[in-house]
Amino acid sequence: MSHDKKEQHAYNASIPHDTVLSAYRRMKTIRMFEDRLHEDFKTGNVPGFAHLYAGQEATAVGICSHLTDQDQIASTHRGHGHCIAKGVGVVAMMKEIYGRQGGICNGKGGSMHIADLKKGMLGANGILGAGAPLACGAALADKLAGQGHVAIVFGGDGGVNEGAVLESMNLASVWKLPLMFVVEQNGYAQSTPQQRTTSVSSYEDRAKGFGMPAATVDGLDFFAVYKTAGALIQKMREGHGPVLLECRTVRFYGHFEGDDQVYRPAGEVDDARKNHDCLKLFAESARNMGISQAELDRIDHEVAELIDRAVQESLKAPHPALSELHDGVYVSY
Amino acid sequence: MTRHITLKSAINEALDQEMARDPKLLLFGQDTAGGVGAGGVADTWGGVLGVTKGLYTKYGDRVIDAPPTEMAYVGAAVGAALSGVPVVAEVPFIDFMGVCFDQLLNQAAKIRYMFGGTAEIPLVIRTMVGAGINGAAQHSQMLTAMFTHIPGLKVVCPSTPHDAKGLMIEAIRDKDPVIFCEPKFLYETSGAVPADPYTIPFGQARIAKEGRDVSIVTYGPMVPRALEAASQLEQKGISAEVIDLRTLSPLDRTTVLKSVMKTGRLVAADEAHPRCNIATDIVAQVTEQCFTSLKAAPQMVSAPHTPVPFSPVLEKAYIPGAEQIIAAVSRTMASHA
Repeated sequence: MSHDKKEQHAYNASIPHDTVLSAYRRMKTIRMFEDRLHEDFKTGNVPGFAHLYAGQEATAVGICSHLTDQDQIASTHRGHGHCIAKGVGVVAMMKEIYGRQGGICNGKGGSMHIADLKKGMLGANGILGAGAPLACGAALADKLAGQGHVAIVFGGDGGVNEGAVLESMNLASVWKLPLMFVVEQNGYAQSTPQQRTTSVSSYEDRAKGFGMPAATVDGLDFFAVYKTAGALIQKMREGHGPVLLECRTVRFYGHFEGDDQVYRPAGEVDDARKNHDCLKLFAESARNMGISQAELDRIDHEVAELIDRAVQESLKAPHPALSELHDGVYVSY
Repeated sequence: MTRHITLKSAINEALDQEMARDPKLLLFGQDTAGGVGAGGVADTWGGVLGVTKGLYTKYGDRVIDAPPTEMAYVGAAVGAALSGVPVVAEVPFIDFMGVCFDQLLNQAAKIRYMFGGTAEIPLVIRTMVGAGINGAAQHSQMLTAMFTHIPGLKVVCPSTPHDAKGLMIEAIRDKDPVIFCEPKFLYETSGAVPADPYTIPFGQARIAKEGRDVSIVTYGPMVPRALEAASQLEQKGISAEVIDLRTLSPLDRTTVLKSVMKTGRLVAADEAHPRCNIATDIVAQVTEQCFTSLKAAPQMVSAPHTPVPFSPVLEKAYIPGAEQIIAAVSRTMASHA
């Protein structure tokens, strides 16, 4: 066993079992939520677009496991995983995706605009890269409050190249904001491969240009993400400036539901599911830490029940009242 | 030869024929081919709703998948056009224009004027407009008025496959920057389209239906709704004329004014928000220029002053339809000037 592996094993052993099980539950919730949506989209009951996060669970959960409700995250169009990792209610999320009353945004936002400000979730976003400036502002508020809170902005191979993100990297650096730029490198900007959208193969090189510390981690390995993100977040809480964390991961489903992904090389998705499934890797590590398969199975069962209940309640929930159309545009007008 | 094809295919055909005619013409945007270089099948997307599908296979590297960085690639399209390389660039949803607005507002629109009339910018920005596909607040807007407001830009929004093809070819051959707004809700509607290339001049409205009692002036996705309203009004004995503006800048005032002078009544409809939209513009111009021909106060039909809601029932309530147009016509018929 290499030195790094030994160190990671020792680190894993130091994580309380409750933390590990809670992370597993969130990752499994994301997976089952997305798998269920993928199936239910075919029924025609789910309106609009959905961009599924399945495959990338270890990244969102590995990072958000270090955050409190006072720490804020800004998400993307592929936001369900970030929401669940940040503790947004699954039933209210599902109702939102169905556009029903009781949805987390009263059915006004849908999949691409799920937000829960009480949970420090500043919203999924329909505009690529748009979360980064917002996260700068959240981090500025954190810095002014002086309580050691931090902000995280997620982005992928598409959004990370937007001017808004690059300008935010500069701003966060010159203002020394407690902001982490997370790049979820799943290899694709929609259907276009990373090498055709991004001038560097490692986003660490981008960070260098902004004078920002950076790290790259196997985004499929929850424990590696948890360890690296934990150290970076701690430094931000202590008053150091922004950082970039690249998480190398895989996308199981298409850019959106309905994208059959034939542009991907034959066998790539099957290989990812078989050999690069972060949940399988997690279960293996957990068993090595002395967590029984029965414990994981029990969580699987509870999560399956929760997801099923979320769908059933969403289907039963009434549509928003028509008067809702005019509500919530302004605070006062 | 004329066939029935969809509005989406009509735009594809226009792009195809112009790519064949002008070997310098480039197409670029997000996933305009789709999947090139990924190792699987290339040319899989043709843009987010498939309008440019097949063109990469025919024209290769002249169809470019740009990174999703609207400011850079839209600006590059402006610069290339300015340098003699005509470009059709795609901003998938008009909502995304916020990301690249400066390149259109302050650059493309003003360069010719600022440079003393010396520059030509043969540029088309293709973009999808309008609600109706549960796209929610950031994928559904009808922001045509924002671009119509800006001198130096031309703004097109077709409602039929025939017009989509003719206006797209005209837009590509035009030497000014054109914002070509595609009503995505109508992409799959079919109509007769000649197979050969043809152009429709800008600033020529189309009388979609002739009538005597009231003029309904509109464009884009509201045109089929206005025709539906007109057909229901016919059964009530009201003869409505429906005018499809086709281009919002330049605007065919003559056809609108002639129609109102004939009917004496005006309903102007726009799927956009109600303030400062195309309907308010039409009403203002008609009121100013043929006030004495009006038999009743002009009426406007628009979406409410709210973002586009996600919930399908709220979105349905949001989008103005035939029912609202009929109600507006009834108001003009009831009141007398």
